[in-house]
Amino acid sequence: MPAHARPNQLFRNLSAKIASIPMILTALVVFVGGTGWTIVYSFTNSKLLPRLNFVGLDQYDRLWSTSKWIISLQNLLIYGVCMLVLSLVIGFVLAALLDQKIRFENTFRTIFLYPFALSFIVTGLVWQWILNPDFGIQSIVRGLGWESFNFDPLYNADIVIFGILIAGLWQSSGLIMCIMLAGLRGIDEEIWKAARIDGIPTWKTYLFIVIPMMRPVFITALVLISTGIVRVYDLVVAQTGGGPGIASEVPAKYVYDSMFLAQNLGQGFAASTMMLLAVIIVIVPWAYLEFGGRKRHG
Amino acid sequence: MADTGAINDTGIAAEAASEAMVGPRGARPRRMLSRRNIFLYGTLIVVAVYYLLPLYVMIVTSVKGMPEIRMGNIFAPPVEITFEPWVKAWATACTGLNCDGLSRGFWNSVRITIPSVLLSIAIASLNGYALAHWRFKGANTFFTILIVGAFIPYQVMLYPLVIILREMGIYGTLTGLVLVHTIFGMPILTLLFRNYFTSVPEELFKAARVDGAGFWAIYFKIMLPMSLPIFVVAMIIQVTGIWNDFLFGVVYTKPDTYPMTVQLNNIVNSVQGVKEYNVNMAATIITGLVPLIVYFASGKLFVRGIAAGAVKG
Amino acid sequence: MKSFKALLTASTFLGAAAVASAAEIEVTHWWTSGGEAAAVAEFAKAFEEKTGHTWVDGAIAGGGNTARPIMVSRITGGDPMGATQFNHGRQTEELIEAGLMRDLTELAEKEGWRDFIRPTSLLDSCTVDGRIYCVPVNIHSWQWLWLSNKAFEDAGVPVPTNWDEFVAAAPALRAAGKIPLALGGQPWQSSGLFNVLMVALAGPDVLVKVYGDKDTEVAAGPEIARVFKAAEDAREMTQGSNVQDWNQATNLVITDQAGGQIMGDWAQGEFQVAGEVAGEDYTCLPGLGENEIISTDGDAFYFPVTDDPEVQEAQLALASTMLQPDVQVAFNLKKGSLPVRGDVDLQAANDCMRKGLEILAEGKTMPAVNQLNTEDTNNQLNDLFVEFFNDTSITAEEAQKRFVDIVAQAD
Repeated sequence: MPAHARPNQLFRNLSAKIASIPMILTALVVFVGGTGWTIVYSFTNSKLLPRLNFVGLDQYDRLWSTSKWIISLQNLLIYGVCMLVLSLVIGFVLAALLDQKIRFENTFRTIFLYPFALSFIVTGLVWQWILNPDFGIQSIVRGLGWESFNFDPLYNADIVIFGILIAGLWQSSGLIMCIMLAGLRGIDEEIWKAARIDGIPTWKTYLFIVIPMMRPVFITALVLISTGIVRVYDLVVAQTGGGPGIASEVPAKYVYDSMFLAQNLGQGFAASTMMLLAVIIVIVPWAYLEFGGRKRHG
Repeated sequence: MADTGAINDTGIAAEAASEAMVGPRGARPRRMLSRRNIFLYGTLIVVAVYYLLPLYVMIVTSVKGMPEIRMGNIFAPPVEITFEPWVKAWATACTGLNCDGLSRGFWNSVRITIPSVLLSIAIASLNGYALAHWRFKGANTFFTILIVGAFIPYQVMLYPLVIILREMGIYGTLTGLVLVHTIFGMPILTLLFRNYFTSVPEELFKAARVDGAGFWAIYFKIMLPMSLPIFVVAMIIQVTGIWNDFLFGVVYTKPDTYPMTVQLNNIVNSVQGVKEYNVNMAATIITGLVPLIVYFASGKLFVRGIAAGAVKG
Repeated sequence: MKSFKALLTASTFLGAAAVASAAEIEVTHWWTSGGEAAAVAEFAKAFEEKTGHTWVDGAIAGGGNTARPIMVSRITGGDPMGATQFNHGRQTEELIEAGLMRDLTELAEKEGWRDFIRPTSLLDSCTVDGRIYCVPVNIHSWQWLWLSNKAFEDAGVPVPTNWDEFVAAAPALRAAGKIPLALGGQPWQSSGLFNVLMVALAGPDVLVKVYGDKDTEVAAGPEIARVFKAAEDAREMTQGSNVQDWNQATNLVITDQAGGQIMGDWAQGEFQVAGEVAGEDYTCLPGLGENEIISTDGDAFYFPVTDDPEVQEAQLALASTMLQPDVQVAFNLKKGSLPVRGDVDLQAANDCMRKGLEILAEGKTMPAVNQLNTEDTNNQLNDLFVEFFNDTSITAEEAQKRFVDIVAQAD
């Protein structure tokens, strides 16, 4: 039903509009307002306090000539792609396994989900221990007689980002599993029955019927994982602090370090503006296709 | 007030729905040792080991004394079990001058978490519902802004929010903090609900419209009862996020309303001096217990196939 | 909304007034570990006993990176604490310039702070445009080399007495399966190590020229080149120390897995807790045994501007209390740092602390790097040195070139 050309345009859907007031205010005041504020101050030389002393593109010049920022972006790319693919796959497979009417479902679900509940300051330390070559997995395996076994992801600049990935997946894949499980539980039992009657194998039913039906759930999961990726910070701080050297730096850490450690707000705002710009370039066309093009109800 | 009303109704609807659920289903009998089961449980158990390994290290460390920890075998079971670290983490660990451990902020955390979780879920589920079924002009623009907003690192918004709260006159109050949690929970939760409600069969919605049900009636009578699993997911996300929040709790309130994560941070995050790893581990597990209990207790709400019943009925 | 806030302020006023004429004053700081908290307790005890005001403790752990945005938010949000810790130096310049910090000059002149605070550079870093805005409470120094006696015994070499001997002993330590020099992965540890090397090998004047005057010629010159060469040696010696936190690195020395560590005097607390005795189990070399001098890093308290007269009075009382001789002694013994007054006696100090006191008494002090560089510059240095110490493919020459760039950019 097209939404235009109604005489009572403003009052049409009035309840929905009233219910959406908090969302509209948040979007406009906090996100548009806050972002605009951040962008404006990214053109200033604000240090500890935000001050309107404009310096043009100086902050951006410095940002792009800093090797730490470039390395951060590379890391984010590798980490992001791996995290996205693996989270979705692991999350879905675990959810599908749990959906087999198994015993102890609640126990297994809680086991996969619990890392999400624990502060990463400390769990990061535990992963740091486990991956430490001197007293973690490497030393245990060597102790068992395999002397040449090498596993020191956190202390090898070439693979450190994968060490962080191991812990990142551990922490967040449980939540993705939960979302997938909720999605699977929303699928009509009749569909399974119909597929069974038609003799379609289970894996085909998942791949060609269930997953397409779960498209909205996958999108939710996708956005959730992506926001986690872009904002990844605690994980790195707790495990490597960006090291060895600056091999595991990430953009969000660059932003925080600039703002609060270096007390250079302008630089932090410039970095976060660049991050936001990248997000907008990806999200807005997608959002247009996803929400703008067609309507399901009306 | 409307929001509290919504919550009560949600609760009742949830109960009704879960009762309706206990109907005709049940596990089909299977041989325990079929190849399928061996594969299924084998996989789950192997994966569970990966997930449990850090927890094992934490628990074992939390019951060791410091000298034993210094010896450095993190996987070794404790030679001598002590619960001292747990007692210390809960009741006597010092935060500056206040030596009453995590217990100090526990009730503050409860007082912060409950209203924040309820309010943010109530608002976001309504947003999602409106976006899925009652779309008005411009709604998707606001929604897109929200989604983009979800990618902004929290700390970047710290100073603008201080200004907003100061201008509203609620800086340093519990109201302000609840508002902040609601704002930052909104993007993901709205998306979660919107996408879930979108997958509700359209016929159902149309039938209700034909019967003369309006915005609120359809929300409470049809959507809520059908969406238990997603409400559980929303609750999991919010309870965890808000319970574990440290930054907002400490920036937007005052010392007498600090949540227990401030104490947790103070226990585990001391930069100088001796790190008491056992107390750190115990404190982390204790703080994580509340979300863990919520996860476990919400298990029964992961129900299946309500949509099917509703369509047929 | 305005009236709501007015109401709120009014009610807090009434609340405060109803209790007593004595004020409650909220003090924020990031001292939360055992010894630190015990030291703060000395301040609180003395303050409450001597003045009758109440100290409300607002501890936030995690160091400046965690605590600073919280403190700044509180101050700019119009809801400041009564007093707050900062590392003195250039961190607070802007808050002072924005008029958010209270001017303590009157009190300082009345009590004659300039007469007894030693070295006077401490007070200088509290001074902006001739006005005093903070109370320095202690001195921490960076320039210490901590050595494990047992590690050298195991390696069959004598415990070194200076840097060159230490470098010479490194192969023997390696052969005995020890890490010669322990170094944690946190960036500040790497740049700290380099700065200590600079003071020991090139002398404090060079450091002041580079960081204080931002003299790029000196930074590019042969003296700094020599320091970079030494840093290359140090880098070689640190290979294999797979730890993050500074105290984990210290622990490598305590457990005799590493020969030594370059770290500030706060490392001493770790040795004490582990039951080690200075001179017997471990050796401390100020200035790496090359150049006995200590920097005057340290902590200071600032007092945000408030319009509550009772809090104002309590602020002055607290500032005054913190500098009293007995309070200084009690606080610094617990904190493991040196007092800011030259006229107090530290009977209970241990060997290493005594060495520090002697050096201080001889006046062999230098400004802290924090007092010369902005945090922005320090952070760039951290990034450079943590990369240098972890990536052996970066040569000393390349690193020096980048070092000069940072100095040239700094303000």
